[in-house]
Amino acid sequence: MLRLPPFEYLPARTVADAVKYVADRGADAMLVAGGTDLYPNMKRRQFEPKALIGLRGIRELRGVRGDARTGVTIGAMTVLSDLADHPTLLDHYAGVATAAGLVSSPQLRRMGTIGGNVCVDTRCNYYNQTYSWRKAIGFCMKKDGDTCLVAPGSPRCWAVSSSDTAPALWSLGARVRLVGPAGERTIRFSTLYRDDGIDYLAKQPDEILTDILLPPADGWRSAYLKLRRRGSFDFPVLGVAVAARMDGDVVREARIVLGAVASTPREADRAAAALVGERVTPEVITRVADLAAGPSKPLDNTDFTHPYRKKVTRVFVARALRKIAGLPESGASTAEIG
Amino acid sequence: MNKERFAVVGQPLPKIDAWSKVTGQTRYADDLVLPRMAFGRLLRSPHSHAWIRRIDTTRARALPGVYAVITGADLPPVKFGILPVSQDEEALCREKVRLVGDPVAAVAAVDEETAERASELIDVEYETLPPLMSIHDSLAHPEVRIHEYGDGPNIHKLVALQFGDVDAAFAKADLVREDVFYFEGNTHLPMEQHAAVAAWGPDGKLTLWSSTQTPHYVHRLLTKILDVPGAHLRVIATPVGGGFGGKLDPFAHEIAACRLSQITGRPVKIALTREEVFYVHRGRHPVLMWLKTGFTRDGDITGSHIRTWLDGGAYGSYGVASTFYTGVINPVTYKMPVYKFEGARIFTNKPPCGPKRGHGTPQPRFALECQLDKAAEQLGLDPADMRRRIAVEPFTKTANHLTVTTTGLVECIDKVVESSGWRDKRERFGARSAGARKKGIGIAASAYMTGAGTAIYWNSMPHSGVVVRADRSGGVSVLCGATDIGQGSDSILAYLVAEGLGIDPKDIRVHASDTDLTPVDLGSYSSRVTLMCGMAAIQAANRLRTAIFEAVAKKLEVPPGALAARDRKVGVPDDWDKAVPFAQAVELGEAMHGVLAFAGSYAPPKRAGKYKGGGVGPSPCYSYSAAVVELTVDEETGEIHLDDIWIGHDVGRALNPLLVEGQVEGSVYMGIGEALMEEQVFRKGLHKTPSMLDYKSPTTLEIPDIRTYLVETDDPEGPFGAKEAGQGPLLPVIPAIANAVYHAVGVRIDEVPITPDKVLRGLELKRQSKPARIGPDRLPVMQWKEPLVVESAFGQPAEAVVLRPFADPTPRA
Repeated sequence: MLRLPPFEYLPARTVADAVKYVADRGADAMLVAGGTDLYPNMKRRQFEPKALIGLRGIRELRGVRGDARTGVTIGAMTVLSDLADHPTLLDHYAGVATAAGLVSSPQLRRMGTIGGNVCVDTRCNYYNQTYSWRKAIGFCMKKDGDTCLVAPGSPRCWAVSSSDTAPALWSLGARVRLVGPAGERTIRFSTLYRDDGIDYLAKQPDEILTDILLPPADGWRSAYLKLRRRGSFDFPVLGVAVAARMDGDVVREARIVLGAVASTPREADRAAAALVGERVTPEVITRVADLAAGPSKPLDNTDFTHPYRKKVTRVFVARALRKIAGLPESGASTAEIG
Repeated sequence: MNKERFAVVGQPLPKIDAWSKVTGQTRYADDLVLPRMAFGRLLRSPHSHAWIRRIDTTRARALPGVYAVITGADLPPVKFGILPVSQDEEALCREKVRLVGDPVAAVAAVDEETAERASELIDVEYETLPPLMSIHDSLAHPEVRIHEYGDGPNIHKLVALQFGDVDAAFAKADLVREDVFYFEGNTHLPMEQHAAVAAWGPDGKLTLWSSTQTPHYVHRLLTKILDVPGAHLRVIATPVGGGFGGKLDPFAHEIAACRLSQITGRPVKIALTREEVFYVHRGRHPVLMWLKTGFTRDGDITGSHIRTWLDGGAYGSYGVASTFYTGVINPVTYKMPVYKFEGARIFTNKPPCGPKRGHGTPQPRFALECQLDKAAEQLGLDPADMRRRIAVEPFTKTANHLTVTTTGLVECIDKVVESSGWRDKRERFGARSAGARKKGIGIAASAYMTGAGTAIYWNSMPHSGVVVRADRSGGVSVLCGATDIGQGSDSILAYLVAEGLGIDPKDIRVHASDTDLTPVDLGSYSSRVTLMCGMAAIQAANRLRTAIFEAVAKKLEVPPGALAARDRKVGVPDDWDKAVPFAQAVELGEAMHGVLAFAGSYAPPKRAGKYKGGGVGPSPCYSYSAAVVELTVDEETGEIHLDDIWIGHDVGRALNPLLVEGQVEGSVYMGIGEALMEEQVFRKGLHKTPSMLDYKSPTTLEIPDIRTYLVETDDPEGPFGAKEAGQGPLLPVIPAIANAVYHAVGVRIDEVPITPDKVLRGLELKRQSKPARIGPDRLPVMQWKEPLVVESAFGQPAEAVVLRPFADPTPRA
């Protein structure tokens, strides 16, 4: 079998511990939360850290606090299965609960954390391969090489943002709390990511993501749809998060965020703007869905063909809109749950 | 035959190893740990086609913890292959590599990590050659040769057989269809990755434990490959965690482990990674097919002509047999009076293809069943009625001289048609269903062999042997070379012997698949095991019973013919109070005869057609299957959701209906994967998805309710009338899905897998009023060889039971 490379394990008990370890070990170390993505990647030598800083033992990072009226704070080490069936999330932040429940498989949702999923490494089927496979094809710039195999000639890496929860959290206006040696700060999801497959997180290397802060629910409705080949295991190859604040049947505010079609979750702001002030009629749905498909520019580096992923973006946006508007589905996807 | 006659046969008993499996106590090859054991690893080629110019192992040898490093130069200079006609493999390539993953060196070290590091320190200099990655590539570039042998440049094998006059058959048809189909390659994906432990003992003898489906062929070939006498070599098949045809060849890791053990004086284990299993492969051949069939207006077939192009990968493996199987089994399902078959297997720089569940037959079955569906539509016939009408007749010969004994095909069709509500749903579904979700229902049927009629090397010996021994403890041991790969052959042996001796299967210990201790069985392939080892087991058990009866008869002073064995006793049914407990009966037998050990042997009836190539296809009997699939196609996303599957399977007799249903359901599951998502595909010379996450195979969530109907035809060739169940039920599933997709949305997807992307492209063509078909439209230009023309034997009566070698003259049990 594939074996893990040797590494030192540093168990943190407090956030302060973890911040100190990160400061001490610098680029030699990586953080590990649930480990469901990190360890298999280490076996393939996608990461070769000398040390892992374990966050499992930090109790303060576990759990969901607050309510829909004042807003909800989710500790970064809360496991995904606890979010998928959390009553407050199900009732008021449905897109987040749905997204958490669609990550991988039941076993991995029990180990995998929300913080880990938000920060999950970008994916590419030229990169998520063993060391010997990557060596045989010629290493790519994301690890050990200097070219991009999906877009040769490109100066940047096109690995795909593969978080289910990030588009859903972004669509609901969530923020993250980052703690580092210089103190803490909170930033919006829209500033947490960069559209670069290698340098995809805008947080500082010495910062630790400790909490996710959801604003008061305040009339927002949300939905998340995921495209993948099978009903379990698979990473998204398209995620569609739609959130809208409704006043009666008129949309007052809206956000549409696409996952897995770029190196960052991508906000379809023109489409969202076209919703505002409108009733969610079939005509409006068609217009918004067409606009939302614009920013979807997948490349041929995941499962399914990229023209297919582009085509289905429009369908998924329309279905997500119908869902939050309480309209009958015109034919729901088999991947759709909740 | 009357079911009530049996005590064990027909009962839904758990497998004898069920508890061990479900509690995780089964010891697979990778669970074996021996004192002083070293861990081995293979270094594999990063190039799909290259000359090896130099291998330098100096740096690897210098690494602390490394015990030995070997290359091809450390092995006897022989090429080998599972089939005598394709001796083209080397355990460690000497001069040339032909695929990414071809092994070039092997290491034994103190642990896996060290072995892996050492393998990375082996310096190999390659001179790359142009890779040929498809049938078209290989035929278009005869100047680049993957192998120097074969029936043409990069053509491994050409087959051309003709039975009757196809042109005359097409001339008298009311409808002649020509269609082109493509079946993408896919792999077995067993849960257990291949592993082997070799121990060359101080006595100079070698023992190999391996997850193999065929310890006998491995034993036989290792004597040649390692140049050791067969008498000094022992191969033990460990419990196999799924095979499906992927563990039927001798493999580099087995050979390297043996040699490394000899050199180091230590046991050596090599366990493959999942990625290596994708390179070792021997899975489903990608096959391009052209099929021309003539029909009368009533739906009868006047004649059929098929051409197949197989993408064989880099080595021969079972490929010659696979090539034949893309042609020779087609005429077994329906009345096909005239038949012509041309097949070509092409070498490419990819993992070698070989036998996967259904071996060479799912591809042409997909083609024929989809073509029948198209013909039925043109002729205005119901596809189920048409198939029922043309179902092959029992006890007749096919055009290509295969003997059909019993067939339950009509009953299978009737069962699935009735239970699925076929007629009503054919009317209601399709374009008439509302919204973006269109419902469809489709049907297909098939036949499959119950064991190959000939061994892979010519011989007159038994194909399967069983020894049953009993002693005064009352314990009964069954020894047989058959390999349980999860299909339950150990259990079948226990049931059949228990039935014959009137004892409980729990009273029996089965010792299987050890070339030192068990009589030869050829292996777990071609759905041969239940029938062949079953017949041998019945014979052995009957011989033991006869001996015991003789002794008990003397004691009870009754004629042996008056005795019966049941409920762990032997006695006269009308005077059961005096019946002797089984242990005591064995004691009496042992006292009268000495040691009680009896052998049974089985070889299939000799029915090979009297023409060159007639040895591939004959089988003691054929199983039949029919499937109806109900599904929903989402017209906006192209996604296919399976709603229900009804499958009827003629198993002859269900020796254990629980196991048969398990085999049927497993086949359906595998068929669904091949139909909808599985594909072994390559990009830039490399396997695109060599992992269980990225190679998409269905989960339980993709599998609908499977409703299985077992049809019993009591075949005179099988043990208690049984036929196969492990492979045949896969065959109708794939075309039934394709036909149901067409019924739902009016799009013909003439290639598998049927992906959402292809469905959407088909719907787009339909909207543009173009032919709504997705599939290949280009065939290679090919010089076929002159066919061997043989008279069609279609419709000739076939004898029920012909003389079998080694059979007892007495009536069967």
